[in-house]
Amino acid sequence: MQNWFENKRFFWATMLAPTVWFLAFFVAPMALVWAYSFGENAGPVNIAITGTFGNYAKAFRPEIIQVLSDSVVLAFIATLICLVLAFPVAIAMTFADDKTKSWLLLLIMLPFWTNLLIRTYALIAMMRTEGFINFSFAFFHNIAVSLGFNLGDYVPMELLYNKSAIVIGLVYVHLPFMVLPLYAALDKLDRSLIEASLDLGAGHMTTMWKIVVPLALPGIAAGLVITFIPAMGAYLTPDLLGGPNDLMIATLIERQFKRANDWPFGSALSFILMYVTLIFFALRTFFEARGGKVSAH
Amino acid sequence: MPDNLASQKKSSVVKDETIIKIENLTKRFGKVAAVDDINLEIKRGEFFALLGPSGCGKTTLLRMIAGFEVPTEGKIFLDGVDVSNIPPNKRPVNTVFQSYAVFPHLSVFDNVAYGLQFDNISKSEQRDRVMAALEDVKLEHLAERKPDQMSGGQRQRVALARALVKRPKVLLLDEPLSALDAKLREAMRFELTELQDRVGVTFIMVTHDQDEALAMACRCAVMDRGRLMQLATPSTLYEFPANKFVADFIGSVNMFEGKLILDEPDKAIVEVEELGGKVFFDHGVLGAEGGQIFVGIRPEKIELIKRTKDMKKPQMEDSPEDCNVFAGVIDNISYLGSESIYEITLDNGRRMQVSRPNLSRWDQEDFTFNDEVWLGFHGDSPVLLQN
Amino acid sequence: MSKKPQRAPLEYSKSFRLRAWIAGVLLFLYSPLLILIAFSFNDSKRNIVWKGFTFKWYVKVFENDALREALFNSLIIAVLCTIFSVVLGALAAFVLWRFKFPMKGLLESGLNLPIVVPEICMGVGVLMFFNKIHWPNDLPWPISLSQIVIAHITFSFPFVAVVVRARLESFNKELEAAALDLGASQWRAFTDVIVPHMTPGLIAGALLAFTLSLDDFVITFFASGPGTITFPIKVYSMVRFSVTPEVNAASTIIIVLTLIATAVAMKFQDTSPNKENA
Repeated sequence: MQNWFENKRFFWATMLAPTVWFLAFFVAPMALVWAYSFGENAGPVNIAITGTFGNYAKAFRPEIIQVLSDSVVLAFIATLICLVLAFPVAIAMTFADDKTKSWLLLLIMLPFWTNLLIRTYALIAMMRTEGFINFSFAFFHNIAVSLGFNLGDYVPMELLYNKSAIVIGLVYVHLPFMVLPLYAALDKLDRSLIEASLDLGAGHMTTMWKIVVPLALPGIAAGLVITFIPAMGAYLTPDLLGGPNDLMIATLIERQFKRANDWPFGSALSFILMYVTLIFFALRTFFEARGGKVSAH
Repeated sequence: MPDNLASQKKSSVVKDETIIKIENLTKRFGKVAAVDDINLEIKRGEFFALLGPSGCGKTTLLRMIAGFEVPTEGKIFLDGVDVSNIPPNKRPVNTVFQSYAVFPHLSVFDNVAYGLQFDNISKSEQRDRVMAALEDVKLEHLAERKPDQMSGGQRQRVALARALVKRPKVLLLDEPLSALDAKLREAMRFELTELQDRVGVTFIMVTHDQDEALAMACRCAVMDRGRLMQLATPSTLYEFPANKFVADFIGSVNMFEGKLILDEPDKAIVEVEELGGKVFFDHGVLGAEGGQIFVGIRPEKIELIKRTKDMKKPQMEDSPEDCNVFAGVIDNISYLGSESIYEITLDNGRRMQVSRPNLSRWDQEDFTFNDEVWLGFHGDSPVLLQN
Repeated sequence: MSKKPQRAPLEYSKSFRLRAWIAGVLLFLYSPLLILIAFSFNDSKRNIVWKGFTFKWYVKVFENDALREALFNSLIIAVLCTIFSVVLGALAAFVLWRFKFPMKGLLESGLNLPIVVPEICMGVGVLMFFNKIHWPNDLPWPISLSQIVIAHITFSFPFVAVVVRARLESFNKELEAAALDLGASQWRAFTDVIVPHMTPGLIAGALLAFTLSLDDFVITFFASGPGTITFPIKVYSMVRFSVTPEVNAASTIIIVLTLIATAVAMKFQDTSPNKENA
């Protein structure tokens, strides 16, 4: 690595554009949000930055706390489901031959490249009362009726617009986020450790619990954080799949801007979400550093 | 083969019983046969080495014995029981891995105790056995350490203790010395053979290092491209290589293609065009007729004699005139301290290596660059080889 | 041996239970998308019973001015965002990889923020920012897209920087030294030796920026002025009302575009001269 002053022209030529862009279009807007979070509405379009903590205090109202805790709980449940679904996939990927491995990786990543809105829409199309799932159930229901079972008319299940729909949506959208860090961690694992465990008489399940999981812990932590953070801040999923009262923090923020017109409160909520996000990432970095130490040799 | 020549038994615990019997064992990955129709028997208490260049299938063979690879064909018998389809966690065989595979999140004690928890023995007995195993490898004072606070050599001892504490019928060692530095490697050779002698367990070691195999093993199996080339004691491998590959792989050798012109029960003569002369054997080489044949001669078995302009070609006392003596010029010298290696160009351009021990402190001065010399060897020195 | 060969202990991918599990996960991931695609060819407005194959919904998409315009807007935005993001991201990656300078750590972790920060927070920031500086709302097309393009570049280029930087880490610095030693100028060494090494990273970064831009709803939702409609915004407003085969058809078009982009990127990476350390 070169000291910048040893090659000044080259340094400025490469450094200036990205830095200026970053300051102008990221730092400045975020600073504005931060400033407004200490402001008050002074008239229909004016906001006075008064240095008040009132907007943050508002977040402790019971109905707001409810939304925040719902966000955390729903995102956490979705993250755990992702972990359970993804772990075996990551194991299979780790130990597959190269060709299978790259195919699996592609198959897991492909939906991730697909438009989020389209994926959410596809779920809606599948889960709505006239959707494919209800249609299939109705089909088997009718067969059962025609076979003489007295079941009455098929009543479509309400699969959408509730909290479980949000969880299913969050899992659907965020599953690839979990597979990748798990796979990365497992792939780094020295295979002979697993072989050694088997060699010493442990079964496959025992080996998973006593050797693989403890050693993949940094990867599992990374996967949990990487999945949990965007799930908690998700906007489209709760907006489209949840009922009118199933708010999560992002939908609540959006309402402050597009409907309630309370920008200062919306700003404060945004920064609460930011702080939580950053704390989780700091935790992840900490775990990674610890994990790095354990597997350094 | 005169196997009895090498009855300098390195292990006092070898018994004349078969512990491992390998029958027609083949392992194919796709179309490539990593192990190709191998048959061999390993004796109880033996220190056995699987030797060969990388990619020769020795590790695959070891992994099949351990149970990590399933044979494509053939069977493995352990103490008379067919274990070919028994998973590794049910085989009374344990492995010391090349990377040692010491569990990084467990202490030394827990590493060694790990395998015992599956053996249905009481906690206190587990404790005793772990401590005894740690004593065996001189690590009893480090029981509470974590592996990341230990040197490579110490981690290897943990791996040894962890495998031996299970009292396996056979201990498998995958390139056990390759990750150690040169000094430690030397010391570990003695320690491993001593340990093997003490615990009396059959050791099977995989190595690509011929010195290691020759120094440590009672018997070696030399493999190449999945096939067994020769199974013999170290000295037999060196002095009586069964084929060209073994002669080439073990030690250095001067090799020439030749044509058999005389083959009687007590003598043989091979015409070697590359040498521009004949090579005499003081023994018969029956069965070597037909096909390509080669003459191999080890560098240390060749004598150097100074040659002056009008000197008559000397004759080796046990060989007929005109055989086993060739003229050349010294063209390069590697002085290695205990010996010197002379690179000699023969009159016909072909090069040969001759090594000569420096028995006295002035021996290296006997010959120098561009010296004209005679190369001579006795009738019992060359070996006749086939592919 | 007549017995069928067992699988080796670590060949987990050959275990039946794991295969069934993966099949289940893939079914979960793909069945909604496949059904969506299938029904975009269904000749029925009610969209659930198969009534026969048709292209008419695709024709309708192209006849629907608003939808077509939205699709076109999205593609323009994505292309512009890709170009700028690749340049900015590559420069950022290079500067961080190459130079030591004061406050480097700050810039380095700062550039990670747009990746980490929830979309909604950035959306809010962009909305307030353009509002505050009184960015004109009545600009002629395509300059009216500039707010969205700027917002997209801002969250895309740090991703590109990460990808390119990872690629640069595998660069053997002696190659550059060799070029300089053989008489190349600093700039020639950069273009002749470093840029070719970066290329697979640039392609991967470009693909990433393109899909991120095409994919984004939340930030666009906040950044767009009243007059500009992008594809996700249009679909969003349609989805709120109902599920129609027309939306299925439009979605299928986007899915196919994404597939093509992914395939192209993979092809490029396969044939890159630096494949061995890609």
